[in-house]
Amino acid sequence: MSALSHAPARIAYEVRGYVRQGDTMLFTFLFPVIFLVLFSSIFAGEADAGGTSIPMATYFLPGLVAAGVLLSGVQNLAIEIAMEKGDGRLKRLGGTPMSPVTYFLGKFGQVLVTAVAQVTLLLLVATLVFGVELPTDPARWLTFAWVFLLGLAACSLVGIALSAVPRSGRSASAVVIPVVTVLQFISGVYVADFQLPDGVRTVGALFPLAWMARGMRSVFLPDSFHVLERGGTWGLGQVALALVVWLVVGAVLSRLTFRWIRRDA
Amino acid sequence: MASTPPAVVVDGLRKSYGDVTAVEELSFEIHPGETFALLGPNGAGKSTTIEILEGYRRRTGGTVSVLGTDPGTGGLDWRARLGIVLQDLPEGGVFTVREQLTHTARYYPRPRSVDEVIAAVGLESKADTRIGRLSGGQRRRVDVALGVIGRPELLFLDEPTTGFDPQARREFWDLIRSLAGEGTTILLTTHYLDEAEQLADRVGVIIGGRLADIGGVEEIGGVTSRVPVVRWREDDGELRTRRTPTPAALVAELSTRLGGEPQELAVTRPTLEDVYLDLVAAATTEVVR
Repeated sequence: MSALSHAPARIAYEVRGYVRQGDTMLFTFLFPVIFLVLFSSIFAGEADAGGTSIPMATYFLPGLVAAGVLLSGVQNLAIEIAMEKGDGRLKRLGGTPMSPVTYFLGKFGQVLVTAVAQVTLLLLVATLVFGVELPTDPARWLTFAWVFLLGLAACSLVGIALSAVPRSGRSASAVVIPVVTVLQFISGVYVADFQLPDGVRTVGALFPLAWMARGMRSVFLPDSFHVLERGGTWGLGQVALALVVWLVVGAVLSRLTFRWIRRDA
Repeated sequence: MASTPPAVVVDGLRKSYGDVTAVEELSFEIHPGETFALLGPNGAGKSTTIEILEGYRRRTGGTVSVLGTDPGTGGLDWRARLGIVLQDLPEGGVFTVREQLTHTARYYPRPRSVDEVIAAVGLESKADTRIGRLSGGQRRRVDVALGVIGRPELLFLDEPTTGFDPQARREFWDLIRSLAGEGTTILLTTHYLDEAEQLADRVGVIIGGRLADIGGVEEIGGVTSRVPVVRWREDDGELRTRRTPTPAALVAELSTRLGGEPQELAVTRPTLEDVYLDLVAAATTEVVR
């Protein structure tokens, strides 16, 4: 019970720590906004499908919303936890009466708070600066909510699992950032999904980002754009399935690799 | 003292890593309220032992009890009664001294006042500075502050003053004495024999993973190792030393024989450091033999 009662204070502590990390703010929090500004400035003109044309900012927005979820979950937690292991902070926590449940609630809460702030900022910049029209249909926002939350949960667990890979806190960024960046290229974030070669699309579909991006396209793009998807439909059932599978994979890998107190054999 | 159970009981402790045995047949007890120093050369098994007591490492054999609990299975309630100051120093981080202490204090049932602890470690002027911007010595004090914020019954200090300047070390000693004065049981490992001499009630010397000696600071090494040493310069210019249980008689004899004040006269009792080095040398010779 006390593990839960400490959670709000722990979340506040984690969020404060996140905001004070300059490089986290730049490479995790502001990254999608920076790319939205870059893309929308570089690629002028419009994208069209099925007779409907939209501004490029609208076209890139769903991919960048999905990328924000990936960065807030995977990149943020994988680097932060690897650094906590590397510099002895995790070991020190293990020596206090703080429950590991509180620790993880703090992490999940921090991810949720920062990801919501991040996507809010992204949508604000998209509408106010680039004139993107957001959907008004409540059903679309319902889709947004479940893709966002399910994707964030899966990415958080994958991030915890990935934190086991770097051999030291110092190498955490060098290990995690390339993985996350390549994933964004092959999942239709930087390069539009339908322009990717079929083999690349198939590889991308093995990972959660491509599915989150697809789900977000169904929210933010005109319905006629579904013809550009593989199979010619939004395929939200497949999106849900893929994210649930990654949620389970992330949970199992985290359980197997994470040690609160790393007692040797 | 006989009526209260020991704070720490180590009985036949053994720890091996593969073929390498780090600790073997180690047994000692620490009484409540006592400051106990564990001494030994690098790699002797001090840190392995303290980390087993802290619940960070599993033991290979023997029994261990810390505040009546097996550290291998101790839960969060047990941890709330301990204070741990680890050997390696963390890099710091983005929180201020006060923020970190205030946050950590909330996990303990009866924490000390944050302001009192900040004052006790002498960081009043740095209370609102981020820990990452402090010097190594100041960060070590933050570590000690975090170790005592929960009002621990038992405090582990693993080489706490490494890298301190002499002034900081003396201030640290005062802090530890005041904690001991409040009844905190302290287990200290250190390389500085003067530190053990200043702080500890009893010391245990570990060499090669085994207990070489244990006893009061004034008793360890036995009576013979405490025999005073007289040093003087002879008329022929040679520097002489002699150990004798009756140094005054020797000095009187020298004074008569050499006529007046012997040059460079000194009478010293072996320090804990001398006794310790003799123990290590003796153990090393045994191994060589």
